[in-house]
Order: sequence, then structure tokens, then C-alpha cells
Amino acid sequence: MLVTFILAIISSMLIDNVVLSRFYGICPFLGVSKKVKSSLGMGIAVVFVIMLATIICWPLYNYVLVPAGVAYLDTVTYILVIASLVQLVGLFIKKYSPSLYKSLGIYLPLITTNCAVLGVAQGNTDQGLTFLMALANGLGTSIGFLIIIVVFSAIRVRLETANTPKAFKGLPIALITAAIMALAFMGLRGLFTGINI
Amino acid sequence: MMQKQLPMHSGVNKMAREKGSVRKNFLKGLFTENPLLVSILGTCPALATTKTLEAALGMGFLFTIVLICSSMLVSLLRKIIPEEIRTPAYIVIIATFVTIVKMMTNAFLPELYSTLGVFISLIVVNCIVLGRAEAYASKNGVFDSFIDALGMGVGYTLAIMLMALFRELIGTGAFSFGTIFTFIPYFKLQIIPASYEISLFQTPAGAFIVFALILATIAFIKNRKAELKANLAKQEKARKLAEAQAAAAKVQAGGSK
Repeated sequence: MLVTFILAIISSMLIDNVVLSRFYGICPFLGVSKKVKSSLGMGIAVVFVIMLATIICWPLYNYVLVPAGVAYLDTVTYILVIASLVQLVGLFIKKYSPSLYKSLGIYLPLITTNCAVLGVAQGNTDQGLTFLMALANGLGTSIGFLIIIVVFSAIRVRLETANTPKAFKGLPIALITAAIMALAFMGLRGLFTGINI
Repeated sequence: MMQKQLPMHSGVNKMAREKGSVRKNFLKGLFTENPLLVSILGTCPALATTKTLEAALGMGFLFTIVLICSSMLVSLLRKIIPEEIRTPAYIVIIATFVTIVKMMTNAFLPELYSTLGVFISLIVVNCIVLGRAEAYASKNGVFDSFIDALGMGVGYTLAIMLMALFRELIGTGAFSFGTIFTFIPYFKLQIIPASYEISLFQTPAGAFIVFALILATIAFIKNRKAELKANLAKQEKARKLAEAQAAAAKVQAGGSK
């Protein structure tokens, strides 16, 4: 049980990485990765919201929507939960930890339109995962996002001063960097061959 | 960029619709304001659903339907929705249409539904749909919003099909049709011999590379145009300067006589 849980976390964190192989959350990945500090803030905020969204959306789907016979309302429900969650978390942090709010505050509204959050909530119920597996998926995905965006921003800071061709300046060279990172992560594919999950 | 356009369009609304403005409104989504290639919005589905030309076409089709429906409804309700809660209202409208489209796809095109998977649901958080609702449909009439949404939708579809074109051609060496849209007979168009395919382009890394190269090409063309313009301006300036000098020299020569 525990082994499955940990393997599921590592699998959704590294092997099936959220940005580089599932393509969730490319917008913040490209948009908020010019400085290491801001990408760290964004990553932590995403971990926070994804975990809360998983904890709320999974029971909501399985104990409210399905028994009520309105399982097709899942997407509408999830996006409303996420949007209000982001607002609530923002208010809560503002009240109790102004310093944390100062560092996370500007990233919170951006998370509503981060498809990683909706993608995880939707994927958890679409694939019919158990609650424990849904938690593992949420944790792995969000930490995977945090790792990737921080590493990527660290590379991008170096790229700023590098001598890139004029046409590749800015976004294209960042995308090439992402491609090379994706190649590197493909190497982790064989990590679990032989282990029976 | 969008705000700059607004006064023009609201002006168009008040007056009789000028000839050609509809066309311009439609074409801006295809070229000058292409949501993917110029505004760099909606990148997630553009990378995830462009393995094959058919999948990209399907994604673009569903996306366009959602965009058109939500833009028109937002435009119809623009005087009723209060300013303060407009974003949640738009999101609910968009999510409703996404749910309808999702169920229809599941019923009529099950292959497309299983290929795109969660990315149909993720149209809800596609920044383009919310962006058009916010920037255009909430301020313009139903017909203008429809044309704008149609242009944006077609522009986005063409852009992701361009990516899929390269990815499928280089990655598999062939174009195959009929696997997702099962109502057309299956046929495969082998262009590159199968042993020369570069399957990297079917992987996520290939998606990033193709997108990077397309953006770099656009940047290159833009730079080239700007350079040409600058060169022309420089030549013009040099010519004027030479003329002025010649004139001055003439005057001087006349004075010394």
C-alpha cells in the first residue's frame, strides 16, 4: 500500500511529468519563469491549490455528484471549486500571514486558469482513482510542477546573458530548453520496469 | 493590443457596419492577432493534441464551437451580467458549453473523445476563450462577437494544424486519415519512407521543438521586415541628406561666385 502510494507519487512527479509529458500548465511555465524567486512562489502556490482542490473535488464527485445523478456537471463544479478556493486561500493567507501573502499573492489569481489544477481534479475522477491514489497524483503532479518550473527558471536566467541567435531570443530558445529537458525526462521512463505496481 | 482595437470596433457598432470591416474582423484572428502564434495563448492543447493532423483538426473544431457559443452568449448577456462578478459568470458559461461539447463528442465521435481525453475539459481554462469573452464579446454586439470568435477559432485551428503537419509528417512519415473521424474511409498517405521517420517528433520533446521553430521563423520574418524597413528609411534619409548637402553646396558655390 505504502509502496504503491510512493511509487504513484514518483511516477506522476518525474516519469509522467506534468509539464514536460502531460503538457499541463504551459502558460505559467513559460510566463512566470523569468526569475527563480517568482517561479518558486508560483510553484508553492500551485502545490497548495492542487492539494486542496484534490481533497475537495474527489469527495464532492464521488459522494455528491454521482449519488445525485449529475456526474456530467463535474467540469463546472471543479472550476467553480477551484476559482472560489483560490479566492478563499488568498483571503485566508492575507489575514493570517501577510508576509506569505506578499510573496504568493500575485500568483494566486493566475492559478485559476492553470490547467494543471483542473487537469488533476478531472483526471482523478475520469480515471476512477481511489482517494489515496488521487492524493498521490495531486502531490506528485504539483511537486513535479514545482521542481520543473524552478529548474527551468534557473536555466532561463542563464539564457538571458547567452548569445542566442536573434530570431530565437525569448520564447523560442526557452521552448528549445524545455524540449531538451523533456528529452532528459524521457530517460526516466524505464525507472520502474520490473517493479510490479 | 486588444484595447487599442476596441474604440474602432465600438465605433463600427454605432454606425452602419462599414464594408470590409467584417472581413477585417475575421482575418485579424487568422494573422495579426493569431491567438497561438502571436499572442501565445492556449499553448497546452497546442502541444498536447498535435500528434496527428486529425487530432489537431478535432481539437480546433471543438475549441471553435465552444469559443463561438460562449462569445455569443456573453455578448447577449453583456448588459445583464454585473461588472463585479463577470469573470465567474463567464467561466460558468464557458464550462457549460464545454460540458455540452464533451457529451456530444462522447456520443457522436467516441474516437475523438478518447484521443483528446482530458483536454476537452481543459478548454474551460484555455485563456483564449476567457480572453475573448473579457476583451471583445463583453463590449460588442452578437454578430461582431460571432465573427471575432470564428476568426480566432479558425486561426487557432490552422495554427495547431500547422504544428501537427510537421509533427505527423516528420514523426511518422505519413498522413493517416480515418482513425479519429471514422465516418471517412481509412487511408494512409506515405510521403517519407517508413524507415526514415524521426519518431522524436511524436514525443513531447518534438512538440516543444516544432513550436519553438515555428515561433523562431515568425520572429525571423518579423526581424527581416523591420530591418528592410529600417534600411529603406536609412536610404531615404541618406538621399535627403545628400540632396540637402548638394543644395547647400550649390548655394555656397553661388555665394562664392
